[in-house]
Amino acid sequence: MMRSRLSMTETAVLPMIGALSLVAAWQWLVPALGIPAYIVPTPAAVLRTFATEWRFLLLNALPTWAEAALGFLLGNVLGVLMAVAFAYNPRLRAAYFPVVLLFNTIPVLALAPIIILIFGLGMLPKVIIAALLCFFPTLVNTAQGLNLATANELELMHVLSASGWETFWRLRAPRAAPLLFSSLRISATTCVIGAIVGEWIGSNQGLGAVIIQSTFNYQAERLFAAVVLASLSGIAFFALVAQVERMFHRLQPGG
Amino acid sequence: MRVLSDVDLIVGKGEFLTILGPSGCGKSTLLRAVADLLPTMDGNLSVFGRTPSEARSSREVAFVFQEATLLPWRTVRQNVTLPLQVGRKSISRPVEPKPDHWLDLVGLSHLADRYPHQLSGGQRQRVAIARALQCEPDVLLMDEPFGALDEITRDRLNDELLTIWRRTGATILFVTHSIIEAIYLGGRVLVLAANPGRVQAMIDLAPLKDENGFCRRESTNVQETAAHLRRLLQEGSLTA
Repeated sequence: MMRSRLSMTETAVLPMIGALSLVAAWQWLVPALGIPAYIVPTPAAVLRTFATEWRFLLLNALPTWAEAALGFLLGNVLGVLMAVAFAYNPRLRAAYFPVVLLFNTIPVLALAPIIILIFGLGMLPKVIIAALLCFFPTLVNTAQGLNLATANELELMHVLSASGWETFWRLRAPRAAPLLFSSLRISATTCVIGAIVGEWIGSNQGLGAVIIQSTFNYQAERLFAAVVLASLSGIAFFALVAQVERMFHRLQPGG
Repeated sequence: MRVLSDVDLIVGKGEFLTILGPSGCGKSTLLRAVADLLPTMDGNLSVFGRTPSEARSSREVAFVFQEATLLPWRTVRQNVTLPLQVGRKSISRPVEPKPDHWLDLVGLSHLADRYPHQLSGGQRQRVAIARALQCEPDVLLMDEPFGALDEITRDRLNDELLTIWRRTGATILFVTHSIIEAIYLGGRVLVLAANPGRVQAMIDLAPLKDENGFCRRESTNVQETAAHLRRLLQEGSLTA
């Protein structure tokens, strides 16, 4: 079946029209349905909150960004290291990979209180929750990616007397790179989620804390503004990782 | 499991030996033993007086697989220079990076900046040969390198390979399923039999070749030799 293709302008403009139409509908429907502003504010009111409370919002976004970024680094570095260990030690992999996967099925919301209990109320438990959310997809993807080299490719490296390090760097790592980057893109948004979930449970600062407090105080405009900011943070993290990936592909020195 | 037994054979320096045999006779195993790609082996196998492992780790041997086995994230030129970027400790004598020279020899210098997925199957296999030549090996091991190609491409690559062989003076061990290819390329052809893998016959092909080492695939004596080889292969695959 042939589908008519969209022109370049249409692909660029249509998503914006879609988003704007929904915002416009929201702006019009909230008063039209008689929903009170302390339950659901209009987009214009949320925008006004950004203008008046930007200092407060930014002050609370900073710890969330820091926790998310640190969690991203910690989780992904550990994920890659464990994947490398698994790739080079099949026994280790056989013993611990299933346990690790089982551990991954615990919902982060259920795990968060335990981590707060162990690590207290500072930044550390939030970093750890964010790291956990990054750790698993990266471990699974990288472990899979490092095993993608075919038997022929490994034999080629053997005939060329490549060292273990060279085989890793010239063959296994480039093979794993696309999968690693796809998990890094996932991590870029989940690390923000992890930080916010951590802040819900035990914090008086950060976007998560703002979300919880403004919910209990019926500060709907502030709540919505915090949620929008959290979402924008995730998008910004994602764009940053995507940019790094593009730079990597440009610089990749022949694998 | 014993794949090959009682294989006693000497290959001369600079010789082009083709190896024919029914499936499961251990043709590839023999080649892989020379390339030090087998975990265990008893018996004696020496490559210019050294063990296969010593020969491999001093870069005397290069291998061309049935699949081209090019790294997809490298350009054609970068694939050819791979042997100079890994296992550098094993390169015993100075080998110059001459990717364009080797690509020229296989007729692909114009595609040096392409990526493997932009090439045809025959072109990919040529790149694999150029990569093997970049090792400047004394022994070139080829495991059905043209097995997956159409017949016209295969015939052309056969001619190119003979030219390369003459220019480089390398010793070539070439495993194939094709009787005609074995006759066309080889100075001698080794026929293996299956169950268990063993030598069935060794046939000198020199009488078929002209002074330049070529022969016509359609000529009567080539066809007669092919019929003879076919009978040997049939016998070799029946024994059990």
